[in-house]
Amino acid sequence: MPSLVLGLGILLLVSLVCGVGLGAAGIGWGDVLRLLWAGVTGGTIDARDVAAYAIVWEIRLPRVVLGAVVGAGLAAVGVAVQAMVRNALADPFVLGISSGAAVGANAVILLGAFAGLGVWALSLSAFGSALAATALVYAVARSAHGLTPLRLILTGTALAYGFEAVTTVMVFGAARGEAARSAMMWLLGSLGGGTWAQVPLAAVTVAAGWVWLRWRAEALNALAMGDETSAALGVQPARLRRELFVVTAAVTGTVVAVSGAIGFVGLMVPHVVRMLVGADHRRVLAVAPLAGAVLLVWADLLSRLLLAPAELPVGVITAVVGVPAFLLLMRRGGYAFGGR
Amino acid sequence: MRLDIEGVTVEVAGARLVDDIQLTVGSGAFVGLVGPNGSGKSTLLRCVYRALRPSGGVVRLDGDDVHAMAPQATARVLAALPQESSAEFDFTVAEVVAMGRLPHRDRTAASDREICTAAMDRTGVAHLADRGFLALSGGEKQRVLIARALAQQPRVLVLDEPTNHLDIAHQLDVLSLVRGSGLTVLAALHDLNLAAAHCDVLYVIAEGRVVASGPPHDVLQPALLADVFGVRAHPVRHPETGATQLLFDLLPAK
Repeated sequence: MPSLVLGLGILLLVSLVCGVGLGAAGIGWGDVLRLLWAGVTGGTIDARDVAAYAIVWEIRLPRVVLGAVVGAGLAAVGVAVQAMVRNALADPFVLGISSGAAVGANAVILLGAFAGLGVWALSLSAFGSALAATALVYAVARSAHGLTPLRLILTGTALAYGFEAVTTVMVFGAARGEAARSAMMWLLGSLGGGTWAQVPLAAVTVAAGWVWLRWRAEALNALAMGDETSAALGVQPARLRRELFVVTAAVTGTVVAVSGAIGFVGLMVPHVVRMLVGADHRRVLAVAPLAGAVLLVWADLLSRLLLAPAELPVGVITAVVGVPAFLLLMRRGGYAFGGR
Repeated sequence: MRLDIEGVTVEVAGARLVDDIQLTVGSGAFVGLVGPNGSGKSTLLRCVYRALRPSGGVVRLDGDDVHAMAPQATARVLAALPQESSAEFDFTVAEVVAMGRLPHRDRTAASDREICTAAMDRTGVAHLADRGFLALSGGEKQRVLIARALAQQPRVLVLDEPTNHLDIAHQLDVLSLVRGSGLTVLAALHDLNLAAAHCDVLYVIAEGRVVASGPPHDVLQPALLADVFGVRAHPVRHPETGATQLLFDLLPAK
């Protein structure tokens, strides 16, 4: 178990370097490593390296780091949501958060809303509407019995359709073809707009969410066995579910605001990790964020290399790579969920 | 540890599911709760293991109000087997048993492992430790859940129909395991003969109220059973153990 975490950690570092080293502007590996090292240690570079330095440090690295943060966040939240609604089919987007964020993002992309916020308009609008959507789902799903799993799923799914309808109307109403294309890109998820400015908030939120989830891992085990059982073990299910809802909303909202709705990672990484290390959330939560980070760094790399200079939506890559891998693992047998 | 239920009442949407119930389980006693479907047995038990807060009355453990304690503090002295046993994810048996350690403080991985191994040995599931819980048979699952309850190192055990869906050998097996634990036990039971054979005291509940209580052979009288369960009962003595056993048929049509 510790060796798996260590191995994934090393793999993630290697993946980060690969993500920076590979790209349309052919910069040699030696140069990439030298420029990375120079940036880390504060060394000096030649004047003729300035362009390459900018590509490595200002374009590729923030995008790659953001990919790792987003992948880790989606995987961690995927585990949390599946435990919260006690359903193996749940993913971070089942609560309607991403569809809500899409409304805000597309209002900016297509209608030019919040122009006064400048470069921050897209992220802030997406995050704001994600939180608004979350609050709405929470208010509707709440009942005398607290947040019951089925009510959460149904409310989230129903409201997601509503939010998607609003987005679709905006896309159809948009005069500019290019805008509709970027709206599409956003719906499928992309790390293309990644800048350093987006990294700190996303990284801190994901890290804090991860730490909290890992700390509550045993309580998640109890919750997965049922509300009655968790009450008997001293874990108040209604309260834990409320806390999970807040953490999930914060992490998903932040992640979606910088990358759009990247599918598959939050649904499948938790399952793949459970196949490898079992269902105990203490282990799943140690491994899943690392696995999600590695997966997304590579998926993003492929998305910009395969049809370079054009970019594929990263969600296409996560699906193309992930689905066969997932089916293969599942066919291998021994993995049971939901009463087989 | 002694368990007292004092005037517990549960109202949901204007309906009284549990109505002013008084019940006592002496330290080390095995008390059975019997009654027809929907009589409020599970609701009452849920108030004891804190899945539900009663609308009125108190549940006390050695005099302390359970609902005023920290949830984990309750779970350190009281373990429960609720009726649900449907996990969505395939935990191994060892992982399910280890959940019993959750409420405890000052624990180490080594001490947890030792306690869980002892609990699994006691219920005879040690050989299943690495198997998936979902793939077990009903009887094995129940033994695993009892092991989890024992790993909780409680002093009181609350069981909600622990013999449901089990064949007769496993029913007897589960109840004698519980009986042998020496803990204070409060169990809702469907089968009146099992209840008669294993319990020190029986409480009969109908429509949320206690209608009779006492030693099984005093309580399980034909008149009461006709009244509460709507069946005609013929008490007979078990030829070996001497315990009261009942034979049933439908009440003659009036």
